[in-house]
Amino acid sequence: MSTAAPVSKPRRVALFIACFNDTLFPETGRAVVTVLERLGLEVDFPAEQTCCGQMHANSGYQLEAVPLVRRFVDVFADVEAIVTPSGSCAAMVHDQYRRLAELAGDPGLARAVDEVAPRVHEFSRFLVDVMETTDVGAYYPHRVAYHPTCHSLRLLRVGEAPLRLLRSVRGLELVELEAANECCGFGGTFAVKNADTSAAMLTDKLRRVLDSGAEAVTALDNSCLLHIGGGLARLQTGVRAVHLAEILASTEDEPAPAPAGEVSA
Amino acid sequence: MSFEPAPFPVAARRELADSQLRANLRRATTTIRAKRAAVVSELPDWEELREAGRRIKYDAIRHLDKHLERLEESVTAAGGKVHWARDGAEAIEIVARVAREHSTDEVIKVKSLATDEIDLNEGLAERGIHAIETDLAELIIQLAGDQSSHILVPAIHRNRAEIRELFRRELGIAELTDDPHELAEAARKYLRSKFLSVPVAVSGANFAVAETGAVGVVESEGNGRMCVTLPRALVSIVGIEKILPRFRDLEVMLQLLPRSATGERMNPYTSIWTGVTPGDGPQEFHLVLLDNGRTNVLADPIGRDALHCIRCSACLNVCPVYERTGGHAYRSIYPGPIGAILTPQLRGLEQAPTLPWASSLCGACYEVCPVKIDIPKLLVHLRGRVVREVEGKGRPDPEVVAMRAFARILVSPRRYRAAQRAGRIGQWPLARRGMIRKLPGPLAGWTAVRDMKPIPRQTFREWWEERR
Amino acid sequence: MSSARDDILARVRAALRDVPADEPADAEPPRDYETGSRLSGEELTTRFCERVADYRANVVRTEEAVIPVAIREALAAHGARRIAVPPDLPAEWLGEVPEAVADDPPLSPRDLDGLDGVLTGSALAIAETGTIVLDGGALQGRRALSLVPDLHVCVVRADRIVGSVPEAIEALSAGAREGRPLTFISGPSATSDIELRRVEGVHGPRRLEVIVAA
Repeated sequence: MSTAAPVSKPRRVALFIACFNDTLFPETGRAVVTVLERLGLEVDFPAEQTCCGQMHANSGYQLEAVPLVRRFVDVFADVEAIVTPSGSCAAMVHDQYRRLAELAGDPGLARAVDEVAPRVHEFSRFLVDVMETTDVGAYYPHRVAYHPTCHSLRLLRVGEAPLRLLRSVRGLELVELEAANECCGFGGTFAVKNADTSAAMLTDKLRRVLDSGAEAVTALDNSCLLHIGGGLARLQTGVRAVHLAEILASTEDEPAPAPAGEVSA
Repeated sequence: MSFEPAPFPVAARRELADSQLRANLRRATTTIRAKRAAVVSELPDWEELREAGRRIKYDAIRHLDKHLERLEESVTAAGGKVHWARDGAEAIEIVARVAREHSTDEVIKVKSLATDEIDLNEGLAERGIHAIETDLAELIIQLAGDQSSHILVPAIHRNRAEIRELFRRELGIAELTDDPHELAEAARKYLRSKFLSVPVAVSGANFAVAETGAVGVVESEGNGRMCVTLPRALVSIVGIEKILPRFRDLEVMLQLLPRSATGERMNPYTSIWTGVTPGDGPQEFHLVLLDNGRTNVLADPIGRDALHCIRCSACLNVCPVYERTGGHAYRSIYPGPIGAILTPQLRGLEQAPTLPWASSLCGACYEVCPVKIDIPKLLVHLRGRVVREVEGKGRPDPEVVAMRAFARILVSPRRYRAAQRAGRIGQWPLARRGMIRKLPGPLAGWTAVRDMKPIPRQTFREWWEERR
Repeated sequence: MSSARDDILARVRAALRDVPADEPADAEPPRDYETGSRLSGEELTTRFCERVADYRANVVRTEEAVIPVAIREALAAHGARRIAVPPDLPAEWLGEVPEAVADDPPLSPRDLDGLDGVLTGSALAIAETGTIVLDGGALQGRRALSLVPDLHVCVVRADRIVGSVPEAIEALSAGAREGRPLTFISGPSATSDIELRRVEGVHGPRRLEVIVAA
């Protein structure tokens, strides 16, 4: 599987927000823009983007995902660097796009995928490996636990990048999760199709979050955080789930906004 | 071994509530994970071994016909007899014939997943032949009329008090505590006389070496050695995928298997024999090469990787789903991650259509598989096959219709934005006070245990457009 | 009417249609793993003794000339008197056995079961894994001999200890090609089938005494 190739520091980046974040977690997108601009980068948002296709590709609808692959490679064809705050979307591009192009029997698409994939960077990886930065001037005076999402842990192999970023956040106390590498039980449609098993896995993840004494749990994927955060809210734990980007965007002057659960119009 | 069919989510729900099972599984898998990690970390060349293991199986499977013919030659030249069984019935018939030829109505058995797969014991019983399980766990399962729940430790779902009761009742032992040593001693006494007298044994095999005809059984208790050494005749039922091309390949497998299976540097006993050795061991050796659906698996160029499996069970032991549901939820002698990709292919997708979804695709299994089977990739591949070959057929399945419609929405920026707006408006009755506590229809499973974050007032792209 | 063999092979070939005809069937895998061993000489013996002791076998180191003494002591420690021996056991060793029962003509399983123990040599041993390998060769006898009695006293020559599994497989392959049956023994028998508690001693010899002779 291809992973993002090391590039020299770009001056402009395009943001792939991910349909999920666009709709449910716009605050994560705003945070990413804040951090990238703080580092002096110019951020573009190609409006023609929609969805990376992972939901379809992973649920057995690979052929239906192919048009979404095409859209992605078209929208981001001429961009130097693409940054996404979704580990699972980045993993989708790196791990599955090639296979889908082959399934579609389209060598042109396969070439386009090979061309774009190395330029797609998961957000924490982008900061640490491309921008070579671990301190983005953040201030977040809370006790935080980090949950490694399965895609970022095992497919993207982000390794220490998120932890290094968190350790440089002023005021932040990082606490460890027991059995941190165990899946939270989201798994996309798994949470609905195998709701009971998903709930059992979630329970253990919640238990470990609570045992850690954290005020907030963070990760590279809002999909997992939606699931973990949903459980934390239902049980009235008072612990919140917040994407890494929002922690990094938080400063003394502009601290991170209120936790999830705002009422919409 | 037969299992009453049930969709995985339904079966899982029942198993999840079994607190004895949950406790046993948690303890067992946590212990084995730690042991495996410790012995694997001792080997600086573990990744190189895995890659060698992967390539050995990959090449063996891709040229299976040639290796099978070679194996047949080698075993025959060494005095063994090779049989081919298209399905379980043919294999059972061969065993029954050998038993009849030796005028016995009893055979002793070493644990073999292939024999469970074909319901050998039941088939022999129908022919008046009693197959005596000699593996402690298989004996427990047999006496209890139960079903295996794990590839390596089949009775893991039973605790010692249950086992004690079972032995007291079925083996007629009045005084018996639940101390595992005493329980093992009871089993030993019961089986000893059988080992010393029964003339026919049935085994499986972990490996069959095409180059030399060597067949191997990897075990712990010694019942394997008993069965492959003492009787007059031995019948080994071996899946065609168990082939290794060269004798040398054993140096890789004998490192990968014990460390991955029981977390040991080496298991207590490994027996490797070739055909018949005059004056040593059974003077009659029958090798039964079993298909029983393996050629179906072989026919799928992606799915056939499932045939690389060496049955170590490392994937079961790291799987967060298996740890909580146990093996019975998979309704197959092959449960867990490997079961989810092998069972539907062996039996036919329509027989086990829910298994490819019995996974959150976390990838922990792929990390530990000693022969690097990309289980998540195969799960996703099989999901696609089930949708196209099972659900996509006949009358339109509501999910298929919905997913295709959803794809059409996602591919068009205009339709996508309209859907965002529609969702935001449509959720209004549900999201009056912060989180959504109840979602309708098929999404109700989500809100059974989680709140749902409502769609915020402004999407990211609306915010972006506003600030420009 | 085609046979099961014909059917199965035909199905296999049909299933593998996508494999290019010119792809070699006997390609060697990449063997970038350790095929030798970093240990040598004395280290091999020490490592082997450590590892086999891990499995709860009794290990004694001695010198070649004094093997008979070690045998006598090992048997005495278990009060073992009637001992099965392979027909080619050396006289000096035999002298230490209170009552040696030679496996010639071959003893029946029941006869073997009635004995106190068995005494054999070995083909080689593997230091890394604490494994002893028997191949039916010199001083080992047939497989049933070292299987049935409850005590196995096994003499391992230090110069026949190899470091790794690959070295062992290499050393054993000539014999294996001749059809020799191999038994790999790593400790006394065990099971973990009851609540995953390792319980020693099920069907194989429950007691293993290893004499390592330099």
